[in-house]
Amino acid sequence: MTQIAAPSALKPELPGTDPSEPRPEPATLQTVPGRPDRGGRERSPAQGQAGRTRRWLRRPGLLLSALFLLLVLTAAFAPGVLAPGDPYTGDSSQALQPPGTAHWFGTDHLGRDLYTRVVHGTSLSLRTALIAVVIALISGGIFGVAAGFLGGWIDQAIMRVVDVLLAIPSLLLSLALISALGFGSTNVAIAVALGSVATFARIARSQSLRVCQSTFVEASRSLGSRWHTTLRRHVLPNAAGPILALAVLEFGMAILAVSALSFLGYGAPRPAPEWGSLVSEGRNYMAAAGWLTTLPGLVIAATVLSINRLAHALGGERRRF
Amino acid sequence: MTEQLNPSTSRPLLEVRGLCSEYLTAAGSIPALRGADLNISAGEKVALVGESGSGKSTLSHALIGLLPENARLTDGTIRYGGEDITRWSDRQFRSLRGARIGLIPQDPTVSLNPVRTIGHQVMEAIRAHRRMSKAAARQQAQQLLDQAGIDRPAVRLRQYPHQLSGGMRQRVLIAIAIAGDPDLLIADEPTSALDATVQRRILDHLDDLAAARGTAVLLVTHDLGVAADRADRILVMSGGQIVESGTAAEVLASPQDAYTRQLVASAPGLTEPAWAPAPLPEEPEVLLRAEGLCRSFTLPARRGEPRQSVRAVDGVSFSLARGETLALVGESGSGKSTTAKLALGLEKPDAGTLLFDGQDITALRRGEWRQLRRRAQLIYQNPYASLDPRFSIEQIITEPLDAFAVGTTAQRRDTAAHLLDRVALPSHALGRKPVELSGGQRQRVAIARALALAPDLVVCDEPVSALDVSVQAQVLELLAELQRDQGLTYLFITHDLAVVRHLAHRVAVMRAGRIVEEGPTAALFEHPQHSYTQELLGAISGRQAPLHIAEVTA
Amino acid sequence: MTRYIVLRVLLAAGVLWAAYTVTFAILYIIPGDPVSAMLAGGLDNGAVSAERLEELRDAYGFNDPLPLQYASHLWAAVQGDLGTSVQTGQPVSTAVGQVLLPTVELSAAALVIALVLGGGIALVATYTHSAWLREALLGIPPVAVSLPTFWIGLLLIQWFSFQWGIFPAMGDDGIRSLVLPALTLGLPISALVAQVLAKSLQEAALDPYVTTTRAKGISRLQVHLGHVLRNATLPSLTMVGLIAGNLLAGSVIVETVFSRPGLGQLTVQAVTLQDLPVVQGVVLFGAVVFIAANLIVDLLLPLADPRVTVGRSYA
Repeated sequence: MTQIAAPSALKPELPGTDPSEPRPEPATLQTVPGRPDRGGRERSPAQGQAGRTRRWLRRPGLLLSALFLLLVLTAAFAPGVLAPGDPYTGDSSQALQPPGTAHWFGTDHLGRDLYTRVVHGTSLSLRTALIAVVIALISGGIFGVAAGFLGGWIDQAIMRVVDVLLAIPSLLLSLALISALGFGSTNVAIAVALGSVATFARIARSQSLRVCQSTFVEASRSLGSRWHTTLRRHVLPNAAGPILALAVLEFGMAILAVSALSFLGYGAPRPAPEWGSLVSEGRNYMAAAGWLTTLPGLVIAATVLSINRLAHALGGERRRF
Repeated sequence: MTEQLNPSTSRPLLEVRGLCSEYLTAAGSIPALRGADLNISAGEKVALVGESGSGKSTLSHALIGLLPENARLTDGTIRYGGEDITRWSDRQFRSLRGARIGLIPQDPTVSLNPVRTIGHQVMEAIRAHRRMSKAAARQQAQQLLDQAGIDRPAVRLRQYPHQLSGGMRQRVLIAIAIAGDPDLLIADEPTSALDATVQRRILDHLDDLAAARGTAVLLVTHDLGVAADRADRILVMSGGQIVESGTAAEVLASPQDAYTRQLVASAPGLTEPAWAPAPLPEEPEVLLRAEGLCRSFTLPARRGEPRQSVRAVDGVSFSLARGETLALVGESGSGKSTTAKLALGLEKPDAGTLLFDGQDITALRRGEWRQLRRRAQLIYQNPYASLDPRFSIEQIITEPLDAFAVGTTAQRRDTAAHLLDRVALPSHALGRKPVELSGGQRQRVAIARALALAPDLVVCDEPVSALDVSVQAQVLELLAELQRDQGLTYLFITHDLAVVRHLAHRVAVMRAGRIVEEGPTAALFEHPQHSYTQELLGAISGRQAPLHIAEVTA
Repeated sequence: MTRYIVLRVLLAAGVLWAAYTVTFAILYIIPGDPVSAMLAGGLDNGAVSAERLEELRDAYGFNDPLPLQYASHLWAAVQGDLGTSVQTGQPVSTAVGQVLLPTVELSAAALVIALVLGGGIALVATYTHSAWLREALLGIPPVAVSLPTFWIGLLLIQWFSFQWGIFPAMGDDGIRSLVLPALTLGLPISALVAQVLAKSLQEAALDPYVTTTRAKGISRLQVHLGHVLRNATLPSLTMVGLIAGNLLAGSVIVETVFSRPGLGQLTVQAVTLQDLPVVQGVVLFGAVVFIAANLIVDLLLPLADPRVTVGRSYA
């Protein structure tokens, strides 16, 4: 909403064509200050591969995140591998056992193994978040790219709607949709998607606009390429990177939003072991059995943290090229 | 720090010995300076010349302890006024900066804090080293601005940087640099962001100021011509070392180092190149004719003011014969780039007509324009921006062929290899990405792409201004050679008269949307009629060089 | 200047109107039959007679054509009438007004925590020479935004209330009961503040005018606070609306965790019971807060950034 007057407002020439401005070396070359740039450095692909592997090894946090996410994915697709037990039945004689070798995460008030419930809740929580992100990515992406690429009144119209969606705090927007649609995982997914669709539209627009205004797109048009060729070959591939990095980041945020909504009780009905509702169930026994809230919450936090690490690494890697 | 009370006059003001530095990056440490030596005596004017990446900025920033965080000095000494300042702390350097060494930074448009008034920023420099009341500082700031050649200084003090022009901002920065009355001024490419005529006036003023105050000046520049005009002594820097040093006359007339020789040979204002423009055909046939082209742009509305529009191109007429090069020369805002876009149909004229090969193309529809693109291509100013970073070189060169479905995939590949050969790049570059090529190589790729459809007309929009001087000459030579071999027609847009001197057959000088003078290149250079052309010619660096060295090196 | 203010206010009013339309579309068009939806969420008597349903539809105007419904709702909303709660029969504006104060208290306390903590982290991290300290400080915010707010609250309760007994776990009496909720609400927002401010501080510190200023002989701290921070706050101001929205949204979770009365708790009750008029009232209130915060920023910006209004005058 806040715009600072463009400093080039008075220049009659088109933006980016002012020839008197000396062009700084691009960031890719500037990362190595003081190195003479004559004759072109050549980098063999093999070197790049080895360098990439080394970079991963030098970042143990990233490696740890990747391994943890692998575990989470296993839990989502094959929960039986990690926890063969039944998440719904418990032994009431074993109720509220603290974490130990028999029950890694302890047991709840019905004697159900909390670890098994967390593992089996993974697919439900992750699927809800994934649906939310996919809906938001596709709808936001289409509107954003259309706004950036077509410009004019279409851009104006789309962005005004986006402004309005951004003006309502996303949790409240989700809550409004839930009260209209009713409870349940699918509705939670749609609600969370509605909360982040504006973010996607905005970044998709800014990215496609950035690419559209770049000289190489103008060059492509001036060579005689058709608009759809330019869109397909230049705009989409160059805009996709940051949008996908955002999608990964938003996946983490969607897990948080889904768990918050299921914590409030709007997710899958009990006894489904959705992560948020596990924490909510544990609340009643907080004084006696703190692990019932601590451990499922820890799993949520670790998952989101790992996803964020990965998203930033993806964004960083992309910026390098 | 032992105080050296040795006022020996022979001792230089600044003495740098064997200075080495390196940058710490993720990929390891990269040396920037490799044993640089530098002497400056009191009141002396020394130019430090080098291309991007030569280490000249690193050296000049090391002198005032303002290296970037990831840089460090590894060896060598810096002595200033007899004191060894190499290992000084930031606190110690503060007593030096401003008070004893002043810095005039590179780009005036970004070197002032946009949210502080000019007065605040000048007064801050005055009060950094002397206790004085605000009123007294304001008084002095006003004097400083006046000395720096700024009109109505009292008004300027209350203004913000964005309200001043680029040249005026550079004068403010000069005022800031001399505020502490330093013995040495480091001018780091002080005018390369400004138009040539402004550049000349400011450098003249800086010369006068330094002479009047007896201040030594270290002029850091990429332009050998500027160095020759302005300095007593020239130091040429390459690869982190000083490779050549001597008086301006010595360095230009008999360069010892191979790199300096290359630099002298390629400086556009200084020497004649070994090549000449392609001869014009006997019976010229008009390829492009523009008559009374006009184009206005509406400025973004500003609060409280009615919408304004600017006539970027205001009644421009020219004709261009097949095989000819016409240079459109002008400073920023003269409308030359807009004219180029009009000629290619990337912008629509408000009035006027365009004839391409006898056909009126002013009112063509989009699809028809597209067909015309096969015959008229554009080379952009910035080869870093005009190539899609995700494409391989082969994809870039074959893109126009794809667009018009010329030939089979294999044929396109052959064409690309052939074109790469034409622009003197090895064929194995086909599989590379732009990021792996240097600026000059990228511009060669852009030229190859423009030639892919064998066009009649190539519009070159400042094709060398983003490149280092030595690379500039090579690219210009390539353009001339291609014209000779293929009978290409060039519309060459540039702000730099020196660049087109040996390439263009005719030159048209543009100012404020109009062509003020047009004529054959030699005639225009020797007998400029319009006062503006004369001013532009006078601003070409190297013109004031102590001797005309064309004969020496030719 | 007057033109600028009028324009901004009109723009804000336009966004508010659009936000109203969005909430109307979500709450009254999507469900198909809002009355059944409201009753289904409500008291668990499934036996509402068809006549009673029809009566209710008439009473709420749901039998009118949609455009008419929208127009009459909008007209009422403009006059401050957001309808009445289905559950309590109270006017929505009264219901919201009654619970506003504790939420404002909570948000204000959380805002102070967020600004002090987030601003401090950003300033120290961008000023320090120690790479170790910088990395450590900048490593905190990404972790903090990954933590579920409700979990932070529950952890704080477990430690500070159950284990050490320093602060009460729930309720709303006095400043002592405000500490934990404010911390819970403030922590994620402080991470947001730290991230955005640190990023713009880092960018501003690379601007060439910083070199100019340091070359005058000014100390790094003076440059950092007097020049860099001033420029860095400008881009950060755009997040003021976001912070306001986050405070409100976060209070929904925090007030549930700490069983505090307030706007958040009202929201949860309304959603649970599908009390659509109240939900609409709360969502609209959220939009008003966001829009008002941005309006204030827009109106104050010319004071902070001369480029916004002071014209350009080349001479």
